[in-house]
Amino acid sequence: MFGNKSSKENIWSVSGLTDYLKKLLEDDPQLSPVILKGEISNFHHHSSGHMYFTLKDKKTQLKAVMFRGYNQRLDFTPEEGMSVIAQGKVSIYPARGEYQIYIHSMEPDGIGSLHLAYEQLKERLEKEGLFKEEFKKPIPKIPAKVGVVTSATGAALRDIISVAKRRFSNLSLLIAPSQVQGKGAGDNLVKGIEILNESDVDVIIIGRGGGSIEDLWAFNKEKVARAIFESKIPVISAVGHETDLTIVDFVADLRAPTPSAAAELVASNREEVKRYLDRLENNLYTSIDNRITRYKDLLARLQDNRAFVLLRDKIRDYIQEVDELSISLERNFKLGLERRKERLEGIVGKLNSLSPLNTLARGYALARDGSGKSIASINGIKEKEEVNLLLKDGEIICRVEKIIES
Amino acid sequence: MDKELSFEEALKGLEEVVESLERGDLTLDQSLDFFEKGVGLTKFCSDSLEKAEGKIEIIKEEAGKSVIEEFNYSNEGEE
Repeated sequence: MFGNKSSKENIWSVSGLTDYLKKLLEDDPQLSPVILKGEISNFHHHSSGHMYFTLKDKKTQLKAVMFRGYNQRLDFTPEEGMSVIAQGKVSIYPARGEYQIYIHSMEPDGIGSLHLAYEQLKERLEKEGLFKEEFKKPIPKIPAKVGVVTSATGAALRDIISVAKRRFSNLSLLIAPSQVQGKGAGDNLVKGIEILNESDVDVIIIGRGGGSIEDLWAFNKEKVARAIFESKIPVISAVGHETDLTIVDFVADLRAPTPSAAAELVASNREEVKRYLDRLENNLYTSIDNRITRYKDLLARLQDNRAFVLLRDKIRDYIQEVDELSISLERNFKLGLERRKERLEGIVGKLNSLSPLNTLARGYALARDGSGKSIASINGIKEKEEVNLLLKDGEIICRVEKIIES
Repeated sequence: MDKELSFEEALKGLEEVVESLERGDLTLDQSLDFFEKGVGLTKFCSDSLEKAEGKIEIIKEEAGKSVIEEFNYSNEGEE
């Protein structure tokens, strides 16, 4: 095709050449996608929503465009002088015959840019209200199951497990393994939060061990912050060391300085609650005891009241009187009995002296008829009838021979 | 006891019961009712505390589906 350069049929049109080169650039597998590092200059955010700027290094510069559909997904606002890593495709803008990079995604690069992007996002989300206290969900006092979003092989997970085992062996963990740095880490963390929101965990710990701001960058991603904000389950952030602050720390319902501290928090809470519960239980029993004691005291006080005392004394007086009466009754009764006994003995003596037996002793006899009746007259007595004579030492059975009336 | 009762609610209920008993403006009958309620709430709370199972599990992707497996840290190696 390029063999005969003098041939008229082989003369390019401007458009033709441009289109050809454009296709060449777009089809090169080395350049799709292209990942490019550079510094932003001549930044212009057009009213159409598209962004136009230049990426440069010390020697060279390159036109860059980021269309609205892509730049809406940016975590940060590109600024003059900011170092970035951009991904996209290289092509040619035919109208000016300029080659340029069409950027699909872009990240701040280098400590300065990262700090700048961090400050930007922090300010934006703060303005939007994502860090407000009123949106913080309470951390359950005694979570039975804790979700953990972190690397399955990282030190953070090892620390969390060891604390959970040491402090409270019954705490259950559900791990949603996630990349915590590098490309895709942000999406991974978001997915971890979402998947745990569909589980039965009571609280989520999201974190990783310490590192540089680049290492921790996934925890400064807007989408991660929003996933935490949207989480229905309370989230505890546990990123890096105490001095590392990330966007995730601001949006989380609670910030733990380290992963171990997060685990201590959920585990030791439990011990604390157990102690508190013991104290409440103790107070419950003490208060009812006090109450009953109070009623008992009140009752005792009432019993010592003057009215009761008078009544009680009166009752005691009555009791004494009854006792005395009963003693005198007994005494009187005995006395009466003895008197009666004496009287009876007197009567018996008299009776004795009147007894016919005494008369018999003096030589008299008592006459009785057959039926045992004493005979006081001759009337009723017939001759030949049997008569009984009672003497002092026996009886004589007699037959009547003759009756002489005197 | 209400099945829907959360630990936090039960603990709050117990706090209120103890507070009422300590305040002392209840009749003896009311006190005993509150005390009985307090004993029930105490039991509910201690039972909740003993409930956790101590399992360590990990969510894994298998054929595009999430499955939960037991996690054995010592077998997973270190970074």
